[in-house]
Amino acid sequence: MKRRIWIAGVLLAWAGVTLAQERFIVMASTTSTEQSGLFAHLLPAFKAASGIDVRVVALGTGQALDAARRGDADVVFVHDTVAEEKFVAEGFATKRLPVMYNDFVLVGPRADPAGVKGNDIAAALAKLAGQGAPFISRGDKSGTHAAELRFWKMANLDVAASPPKGYQACGCGMGPALNIAASTNAYALTDRGTWLNFRNRADLAIIVQGDSRLFNPYGVMVVNPARHPHVKAALAQAFADWVVSSAGQASIAAYKIGGEPVFFPSAN
Amino acid sequence: MSAALIEVKTGTVRFGALTALADVNFALRAGERVALVGANGSGKTTLLRLLHGQLAHEGERRALVDAQGREPAQAMVFQRPFLLRLSVWHNLMVALWLARVPRAQRAAQAELALRRVGLADQRDRPARVLSGGQQQRLALARAWAVRPRVLFLDEPTASLDPGAKREVEQLIAEFAQEGMAVVMSTHNLGQAKRLATRVVYLEGGRVIVDLPTADFFNQSLPDAAAAFVKGELGWPA
Amino acid sequence: MGGGFADSLRTAWALVTGFDARLAEIVGLSLGVSGTACALAAGFGMAAGAWLAVVRFPGHRAIVAALNTLLALPSVVVGLVVYLLLSRSGPLGAWGILFTPRAMVVAQTILVLPVVAALTRQLIADAWRGNGEQLRSMGAGTAASAGLLLLHERLALVTVLLTAFGRAISEVGAVMIVGGNIEGVTRVMTTAIALETSKGDLPLALGLGIVLLGLVGAINGAIALVQRRQGAHAQAVGK
Repeated sequence: MKRRIWIAGVLLAWAGVTLAQERFIVMASTTSTEQSGLFAHLLPAFKAASGIDVRVVALGTGQALDAARRGDADVVFVHDTVAEEKFVAEGFATKRLPVMYNDFVLVGPRADPAGVKGNDIAAALAKLAGQGAPFISRGDKSGTHAAELRFWKMANLDVAASPPKGYQACGCGMGPALNIAASTNAYALTDRGTWLNFRNRADLAIIVQGDSRLFNPYGVMVVNPARHPHVKAALAQAFADWVVSSAGQASIAAYKIGGEPVFFPSAN
Repeated sequence: MSAALIEVKTGTVRFGALTALADVNFALRAGERVALVGANGSGKTTLLRLLHGQLAHEGERRALVDAQGREPAQAMVFQRPFLLRLSVWHNLMVALWLARVPRAQRAAQAELALRRVGLADQRDRPARVLSGGQQQRLALARAWAVRPRVLFLDEPTASLDPGAKREVEQLIAEFAQEGMAVVMSTHNLGQAKRLATRVVYLEGGRVIVDLPTADFFNQSLPDAAAAFVKGELGWPA
Repeated sequence: MGGGFADSLRTAWALVTGFDARLAEIVGLSLGVSGTACALAAGFGMAAGAWLAVVRFPGHRAIVAALNTLLALPSVVVGLVVYLLLSRSGPLGAWGILFTPRAMVVAQTILVLPVVAALTRQLIADAWRGNGEQLRSMGAGTAASAGLLLLHERLALVTVLLTAFGRAISEVGAVMIVGGNIEGVTRVMTTAIALETSKGDLPLALGLGIVLLGLVGAINGAIALVQRRQGAHAQAVGK
């Protein structure tokens, strides 16, 4: 019986190359959101409620917004409020709806050689820089990267102008950055969702958490049909409306990894 | 004196810095069987290719054209025939197709050609598994099938064993009797003696001697030609 | 690392024998996209390659050199160019095929077209060098010569196609960019491996890699078999 499923699966996928027509929208989101596993939980609930398929293209925040500017996505779901508000100001979306937040954590070698453990991110980063401890940055225009730069600024450090000793940017996604940190025993800033799902931890553990400044808000934006007439505005709006509705918010709250909630609903 | 079927006047062929043929005059008439003899590199093959219209040249090449301006039909057989990786039958059909024989007539012509050279029982075998002699007979069938008025042959039996050599010579003689003009290059003087009406000796890209066969083998020849004949005839033909 | 590798072998075995439906979907899509791309590339590429092999014109050598250079076209570059073409803001945006398997087929076809054309040209040119004169003597023009030589070399052309297929199915740069690695829609073996690697699930990534290797290995085995048959046949004929 399983063999038949296999054969059927292969044939179906082959047929799929010729593109079956169905109700779907393309959502540009971030790699960290996808890798947190939220979409595998949330989107089937939306499809059951509406019959609409959401196809997630996972990129960095910057790339996701650029793809939407080009009209290659119908809806955007990222976590960089400043960049999102710029997107709205440019007229590519009519508004940004807050959806949820999760938090960032600083991970590093379990023994914490730089001695930065605690709940103050700015102090921790200042101490890291002073010690020249190894730190891996994503350096990829992502929401996480933007947040990381804000935290350095809070510690009065301009890492672009004068990177601290030990600071390395990989221009990569969250997972690859954590892979590098794990193999070089370095510190890194990550969102909790990706961390909870990350399998290759080696000697890394959470070192700094709980600072309210580490909260990471997500917003959803429907791409403005006035700028890109081909956008499936009605279907995209249906998604935006659902995800801020009580049903969507409940689904978000229900998503747990190892019994722990990862995202906290925040729609008004 | 009938008009020449194909004629070359002061024909010169150069390949880069090498002059393969220099200032050659040659006319082929209907019913003639010409043997081109000479050492390797003397220009025999080049003259053949020039007569067949395959080479850029200096000087003049003229052919007798019909009312529609077409040259006489020609075919060429090479020392090692290029046979496609197809059956004997399909190799023939391809040749007929290339010669623009009407579709309705191709099968019949192919059948006739196969029988003519005695390969009818080999028709479905892959052409490339045939023996050397059989392959050359297939090449002759290919040529015969397109009804050429002139048949060019470039050392057609050089790679064959004595038995196959005899079969191929026999076919060439029969084709000539059916009315084809034949121009054949060979370094086998015995073969020239057996088959040709006229022998042309080339050296260094030039025609040195051009005589009817009987005269060629009886007369006193210029030194180099005489030495060539002596040297070649030292081997049993 | 040894332990990690053993884990991966176990994972790979479990994946294959468990007939995981998602894996089947991914494998099926990989075969479909790369197979279609090769079929398209075969049509145009073989015709172009054979034609280039039998004609000469001013600038011919430059075109052949350019074609051989395109053999090393990086897949990410192809992906980027096709993305810009197919983007809604691009010239072909109206087609609306970005982030669908069709875009992946387009990208991979462009990627392997030079492979097919260059290898075919080489093959046919070698055959033409020895035998072109005899074909012309029989009255074959450019098109007839190219077609007959393609027919003549059909076994070797199978090898060319299998080579192109191997190139297509193992590339990740192009399909990632134009497909978007969307689960259930445009996720293929290579993009799945990239994803699992970036999630840190290395045993699964390596497991998938072993499955892909198995597939490519089977293809190369087929190439070797075809070549052996060709060789044996040639031996029998005494070539």
